[in-house]
Amino acid sequence: MSMADDIETSETASVQVAVMRRRPALRVAMLTLGPILAAFVLSAVILMLVGVDPLKYYSYILQRGLFSGLGLEQTATRMAPLLFLCASLIIAFRAGIWNLGTDGQFLLGAVIAAATAPLLVGVLPGWLVLLVGFVLAALVGALWSILPALLRAYHGVNEIITTLMMSFLGVLFASVLVKLVFLDPATTVPQTRTLPVADRLPRLFDTSISSGLIWGLIAVIAVHLMMTRTAFGLRLRMVGANPHAAAHAGLSVPLLTMAVFALSAGFAGLAGASEILGVAGNVRADWNPAYGLMVIPLVFLARFHGIAAIILVFFYSAMLIGSESAARRLGVPQDFTLVLVASLLICLGLGEYIDHRMRQKEQ
Amino acid sequence: MSGLATQEMDLPPDPGAGVIGLNNVTKHFPGVIAVDNVSLTIHAGEVHVLLGENGAGKSTLVGMLAGLQEPDDGFLALAGNRARLASPVASLDAGISTVFQHSMLVPTLTVFENLILGAPWYKRPNRATIEQRMGALQRDFALSLPLDAITGELSLGQQQQIEIARALLRDSRVVILDEATSMLTPQGAEELGARMRKLVQSGLAVIFITHKLSEAYRFGDRISVLKQGRLAGQLGPERLATLSEDQAIDEIVQLMFGRDSGGGDAERRQTSCTDEVLLDVVGLETEGGADVMGLHAISLQVRAGEILGIAGIDGNGQKQLAEALAGQRPVARGRVQLQNNTVTSANVAERRRMGLRYLTDDRLGEGSIGAFPISDNTVLKDVGEPPFWLRGIERPAQIAQHARDLIQHFQVRTPNETTPIGRLSGGNIQKILLGRELLGNARVVVFNKPTYGLDLQNIEASRQRIGEIAAAGKGVILISTDLDELMALADRIIVMEGGRIRGTLDNDGGGEALRLRIGRLMAGEELEQKATA
Repeated sequence: MSMADDIETSETASVQVAVMRRRPALRVAMLTLGPILAAFVLSAVILMLVGVDPLKYYSYILQRGLFSGLGLEQTATRMAPLLFLCASLIIAFRAGIWNLGTDGQFLLGAVIAAATAPLLVGVLPGWLVLLVGFVLAALVGALWSILPALLRAYHGVNEIITTLMMSFLGVLFASVLVKLVFLDPATTVPQTRTLPVADRLPRLFDTSISSGLIWGLIAVIAVHLMMTRTAFGLRLRMVGANPHAAAHAGLSVPLLTMAVFALSAGFAGLAGASEILGVAGNVRADWNPAYGLMVIPLVFLARFHGIAAIILVFFYSAMLIGSESAARRLGVPQDFTLVLVASLLICLGLGEYIDHRMRQKEQ
Repeated sequence: MSGLATQEMDLPPDPGAGVIGLNNVTKHFPGVIAVDNVSLTIHAGEVHVLLGENGAGKSTLVGMLAGLQEPDDGFLALAGNRARLASPVASLDAGISTVFQHSMLVPTLTVFENLILGAPWYKRPNRATIEQRMGALQRDFALSLPLDAITGELSLGQQQQIEIARALLRDSRVVILDEATSMLTPQGAEELGARMRKLVQSGLAVIFITHKLSEAYRFGDRISVLKQGRLAGQLGPERLATLSEDQAIDEIVQLMFGRDSGGGDAERRQTSCTDEVLLDVVGLETEGGADVMGLHAISLQVRAGEILGIAGIDGNGQKQLAEALAGQRPVARGRVQLQNNTVTSANVAERRRMGLRYLTDDRLGEGSIGAFPISDNTVLKDVGEPPFWLRGIERPAQIAQHARDLIQHFQVRTPNETTPIGRLSGGNIQKILLGRELLGNARVVVFNKPTYGLDLQNIEASRQRIGEIAAAGKGVILISTDLDELMALADRIIVMEGGRIRGTLDNDGGGEALRLRIGRLMAGEELEQKATA
């Protein structure tokens, strides 16, 4: 499992962030920008090998994802669920819990939001419909993590396996729910009832950007501040960094572990709701964007730092949107974005290694 | 030392040199000398007992012989020839088989499959030959091993037999048994003793590692006592033959716990003990388990200004006692009273608030979070408390100032308070943890092996501080495996063995007599004999 290596390195990530701060600015810039540049060059080589002009591809992505008005609006809208998922993963990873089940939690949250919100329209005021949708999604997401949480907290069962398993189950269960329970009788495609556009999350100003973006930003920043500035956050980080020390200091490690699962899975559920209540309006039985797994490398690259995660999510969304167009125009598969992210991870890993060697030599 | 061939013929073969020789071997680990200039000779036809406390260097010696570690200095010799054992394979090839304390078998495989583990992969195991050889071995060495049984379903004694059989199948010349009796019943231990006798009679050399004195005497032909990495002394076969069990044990206790030659008695602390009882523990018991020793009927009192020493060989319940007092380990029975409050059911934080503090011996494992800066580590036990937190929000300036004060007051050597604590030396981490425990109204402080692994200067400073803490009217429980330390600091000394209190002695400055008395209690000899009678 390649995750294991990432996890090993990430445990010291917070220290490394602290260390970075004290190193010369030039070197930090080189360590950050160098690998990114290298990744683009590496991907360019691969593009050339498949016969695509990399400059054309990159400029297309930039233009479509960032510099066209509509593209930028799409990029911003796409960010919302990814940001909620970042919040979910930052809590978990900083607390040493590897919640890899966000996809299941996300979809179940989405399904419950899509199942309830259209029924409540007209019964409750609009803002309350949305609030109920979000709250239910968070609860259902959290509920789906109870089994891995209990197993981890009280029996020490590795949550990487259990959350992944529960995620597969959750994805399938969501599909079953859509087909059997929350089916919209008015359509032939298996999907839930649709929340009318007017009742969805309001759009920002005169654009098509969903205000889910704002809530996503608030979520990431709030989580970041909670983890770094509050006593509760420090307790969670203690449990993550050294559970023996946490127990020695009198913390209830099992209870805090349960809290981490609940919060992390709750945010994953919110991510699902933000996509449904903000953009999609309904859930089709075969819908699974797998945003949860997509966000994991970004959160690692950001070293669990909220602001860095926001920046990365922005560029990643732009790449997603841009590459969707590029895929149509240039015949490059849409999944080429993943090649770019993979190159980035490899290059950043190498940069980290080189930096480590340089520091060792200095000492 | 580097660049030696696996076997160098620079010494003439010498029949009197023994199967294995360790020549002035030394092994350093960060901050510790695990083995210090030890020379031993292992002879064929002898059970050679290596005796010593935890941390005396037994495991490191075994590691060297098993090819897991190489000496930093000195060398090994096989049959008189200088040799390197650079890997476990080299050790096996040299005819050395090690039966480790924890089973090295695959529990889901059959006995037969475990026996042939490690054979070359390209060779098809010849079951008939092995069955035949095993038949002979089972007869000769009184083994009872059903070849097709699943290993994990057999008793620990039988599993050990598999490992011995494996050694014999490999035609080993030396069998090392590391703490081999620790998991056996008394009867199983006797059987193992008889089996070792048969092994040496067939011409093998056996190295038997233990910390039980009577086993050493009953099973051993030669006893080497290790103490703090050095060879404290040896009783050869001729000498052992002239001694009764009691006399032999007296000699061993003298070697294990007697004062080191050189250096006078550490100066004894002026007592500051008063009559006010701060901590009263009555009939404390905790649950034991496979790896954890339970506590039985622990009763003790600590007075203001008193240092109560707790002596014992490592792993006899001292850590469990400290944890039970701190509230970290559930108490099955008994009562803990701090001043006028019963705190038996109080949790760690409540006990800490009431002034009961615990300085753990596991500085990096549980005492601190290595990746966190010093500043966070100084307040780990006060997370959320004012003045460092206000309504749950951290006040970094307050924490940093507190950390700087602590660094200055305890003379911690560090660049600044943002340095990750894991980068500091053991002594400096110890100072920070001490500062953390003394914060606020500490009444009783439990020290678990406070000077373990520190350098001399820090040991001296730590002892001085412990004395000052008692002199300031606090109660101190000092758990230590270092008798010199206890005799220099403690007013009374409790000896623990097997999770029980074996005796309470006043530190009357009785010198050597007191030291040996404690040593015998630590080894569980005096009371064990009464108990079995």
